[in-house]
Amino acid sequence: MQVTDRLSHGLEAPICLTWELTYGCNLACVHCLSSSGRRDPRELTTEELFGVVDELEAMQVFYVNIGGGEPTLRPDFWDLLDYSVEHHVGVKFSTNGSRITTAAAKRLASTDYVDVQISVDGADATTNDAIRGNGSFDVATTAMGHLADAGFKDFKISVVVTRNNVEQLDDFAALAASYQAQLRLTRLRPSGRGADVWDELHVTAEQQRTLYRWLLDHPDTLTGDSFFHLSALGEPLPGLNLCGAGRVVCLIDPVGDVYACPFVLHDQFKAGSVRDAGGFTKVWRESPLFTELREPGSAGACASCGSYDACQGGCMAAKFFTGIPLDGPDPECVHGHGEAALVAASAGRPPASPGHTRSGPVPVSIGRRPA
Amino acid sequence: MPAYALHPQVGLRPEKFGALAYHYGNRRLTFLNDDKLVAVVQKAHEYDDVDGALAAAGVPEQNWPAYRTVLARLAESEVLQCR
Ligand code: SF4
Ligand code: SF4
Repeated sequence: MQVTDRLSHGLEAPICLTWELTYGCNLACVHCLSSSGRRDPRELTTEELFGVVDELEAMQVFYVNIGGGEPTLRPDFWDLLDYSVEHHVGVKFSTNGSRITTAAAKRLASTDYVDVQISVDGADATTNDAIRGNGSFDVATTAMGHLADAGFKDFKISVVVTRNNVEQLDDFAALAASYQAQLRLTRLRPSGRGADVWDELHVTAEQQRTLYRWLLDHPDTLTGDSFFHLSALGEPLPGLNLCGAGRVVCLIDPVGDVYACPFVLHDQFKAGSVRDAGGFTKVWRESPLFTELREPGSAGACASCGSYDACQGGCMAAKFFTGIPLDGPDPECVHGHGEAALVAASAGRPPASPGHTRSGPVPVSIGRRPA
Repeated sequence: MPAYALHPQVGLRPEKFGALAYHYGNRRLTFLNDDKLVAVVQKAHEYDDVDGALAAAGVPEQNWPAYRTVLARLAESEVLQCR
């Protein structure tokens, strides 16, 4: 049986559930997928967070990917971590590192059920800070040092691949190795503030080919299946190689709204809310949007492409936010069908929403330097 | 014949196609695509050897060699442990 057939019957629970705890962030990265900055007054309360964990436990969700915003800015973050672990829901959380003090690192290293992912977007301060803000590289590497010193092996260093850092893949691998960490590379998508910078920062066709070969040569690199559109170049990359939105993947946002994937924060992809009667379970198992996404999709404009089995038309979010119809080619189609589609679609891009972006100057100091 | 048990760090979630197994230590996810295999994996600890578990799960005897191979692979990837 094909994976897609299996998934069309729906999984009892998502495999890759992202849970963003807050829109608050002490950075203002130019490509933030959730346009984070200010906290939202409607964010879930501590009690509601615990309620969601109870549901995830009952659904036997193995682990959640916690993010934000900067999740550690929530005063109840550490309580939530403990609560999840006690309830057999493993936690992988993404952070800019600003709160990973020596003490926090020791605490994190003491359990198998928590994994940490530190984000950097350049292998040196200049490249990184251009995207993530002044001083952010130092903060991130200080946090990595704390984790390594605490004996936390195999934490993740997570990089969004851009035109400006794609030449540094070997440097990222070396950086990860120096902390006994694992490298994770993900795709830049035109989501959130990413829509504003995607045209300048997404990798070129030539760079995509280099990236593809690099990934084949480094099969231990984690990618969260982000680059499956590159499988159309030949040998498939490891992974499920399909868009998992609403089938394998979903997002709970800070106010409890459930979306098909973390990269589609838009009403069209909102399936419901954990605050609705029946909670997250009902949204996952019964929402009309998810039911529809689980149907085998039509190949549309890609139907005549010999690589459709490998690429399946690529990423829904990348298409949607560049105005390409959902059954059109991926804007970064490796056979070059994205360019024409982008030109045809340029008028149809959904208007950018400021989301929770803070107004005024981007902060350059990002809180206390960890001790 | 080896005897197996579900690895203590593995969570097993029934799904329509069989089950998903997740190892909290090495963080690997495994698809178990058949109900009989799931039954063997769940009950393996109750039997003295693997054949006992295969018989109890109703696996036809001519398929035992194939199942033994799959189970050995699951032990290698630490979904099962030998005991
Ligand atoms: S035409 Fe469509 S299926 Fe073929 S490679 Fe391009 S995006 Fe993928
Ligand atoms: S929309 Fe894109 S990012 Fe989201 S699950 Fe599909 S392929 Fe992945």
